[in-house]
Amino acid sequence: MPIKDQWVAFQTILFREIQRFTRIWVQTLLPPAITMGLYFAIFGKLMGSRIGEMQGVPYVQFVVPGLIMMAVITNSFSNVVSSFYSSKFQRHVEELLVSPVPNYIILAGYVAGGVARGLCVGLVVTILSLFFADLSVQNIGLTIVVLLLTSVFFASLGFLNALYANSFDDISVIPTFVLTPLIYLGGVFYSADMLSGFFKTASELNPMLYIVNAFRQGMIGVSDINVELSLGILFICCVTSVGLCLHLLKKGKGLRS
Amino acid sequence: MTAAISIRELKKVYASGHEALKGISLDVAQGDFFALLGPNGAGKSTTIGVLNSLVTKTSGSVTIGGIDIDKDFSKAKTLLGVVPQEFNFSGFVKVQDIITTQAGFYGLSRKVAKARTETLLKSLGLWEKRNEQAMRLSGGMKRRLMIARALVHEPNILILDEPTAGVDIEMRRSMWDFLKEVNEKGTTIILTTHYLEEAENLCRNIAIIDKGQIVKNTSMTALLDELEEETFIFDYQGTLSDQILSLPYNVNVIDNTRFSVSLKKGQALNTLFAELNKEGIEISSMRNKANRLEELFVNLVEKGKQDAH
Repeated sequence: MPIKDQWVAFQTILFREIQRFTRIWVQTLLPPAITMGLYFAIFGKLMGSRIGEMQGVPYVQFVVPGLIMMAVITNSFSNVVSSFYSSKFQRHVEELLVSPVPNYIILAGYVAGGVARGLCVGLVVTILSLFFADLSVQNIGLTIVVLLLTSVFFASLGFLNALYANSFDDISVIPTFVLTPLIYLGGVFYSADMLSGFFKTASELNPMLYIVNAFRQGMIGVSDINVELSLGILFICCVTSVGLCLHLLKKGKGLRS
Repeated sequence: MTAAISIRELKKVYASGHEALKGISLDVAQGDFFALLGPNGAGKSTTIGVLNSLVTKTSGSVTIGGIDIDKDFSKAKTLLGVVPQEFNFSGFVKVQDIITTQAGFYGLSRKVAKARTETLLKSLGLWEKRNEQAMRLSGGMKRRLMIARALVHEPNILILDEPTAGVDIEMRRSMWDFLKEVNEKGTTIILTTHYLEEAENLCRNIAIIDKGQIVKNTSMTALLDELEEETFIFDYQGTLSDQILSLPYNVNVIDNTRFSVSLKKGQALNTLFAELNKEGIEISSMRNKANRLEELFVNLVEKGKQDAH
């Protein structure tokens, strides 16, 4: 397929994905805004005023980057897993499979759709956070790189989940039993410096810790972890996940018999 | 001239161990209207699945418009339009968006996609429904929507898997007219159907597949010529005499208003009509007991079963 046609195909998939999540904005954009608004109000304002400072910044300011990242992660993931699995379930994924669109364009289109939703929700949550905390981004380049890499990583994980899923139950297992605990234990609400022994070691095995801290470094200039290490881990995660998706697409996993 | 589709020794063994195709070979000429018939589970959909890439072949070779699918499947796919057996579009999406999106998958610009969508929806009587969600369409309309979607990139070859299943007679006939028109413009059409009348009316060549093997591959005319016997049913008024019943036609009385006559190939009905006339029996109507192709089809499939035993 000529490059020009591939670009049209990519735009078509991305446009369809954006159209899908904006059409059902009550299910996709509104809930994270409400949930994160509650987090900001309860953890940030009500409890935060009693906690005081963490890592030298007011607690509300400390949790904002983590909560933004939490919204980006869950939305990038869930957009791709629900959209791609639905297209498998309703069989309209065949529209793409019978067409000449190469696998990497299919993956790029869906991942870009997940990134678009992740960034949209991230933007909404960021605007909302301004009502609760004073934010001035410390390193815009780092913030954007972490935001993009994270949403690509989790969107591609959503794609992997959808490839393996055989029922709607299968697409809720990972977000509920894996993603949410990892995010909560990934230093969104506390500094890893507060941990010791087993809990510190366990935290260091959690990729969310690196992601949240890298983003926090970009936004408010505070991190428990070396940023280069965080970026390296995030980059390796992205390459591995995307590579695995392409391998499975080539094999036709869950798509071709 | 390069064949539109050329299949050689195509085999498919599914992960379950089921051997769906046992080395079939088939050629479909460019511009042909070709029927692929077979009972359920014969291998028709697997064959189509290999052509459209939803099924991965175990062995054998396939060329589409002269392009080997093992070498450049992406290019080969641009020549194909596929109308599957089951509805495979999102019911939540608007009718016209389904078609313009499909055009985008073939690299067509938005402007071209919109123009072609309008032409196709108008030709298939769906233009008034263009802003409706696809799930709100009737069964027949959904089938036509899938035909429009398959044609939006103007493929050389159109494959239709049971396109008129569940469609009422009037709608079916209008779809036949549309497909004939598409074929007359040069598009090769491959059709699988359970309505054998449909295959007889539309197709010039035919392959019958059974248990993963091609049991017949010939022209429709040649196949129908193989018919050894045809049965007609007569509606009559009067009393059938022994003389009529003893005529060499294999006459069977069904009830007091109907009888059937089995006619050998080359046998004329003149004697029967003369005798009926003489007896003052009034024939109000006469029809084939079954579709001619259906009789042949059943014979071939039954023969396959006996051979297997």
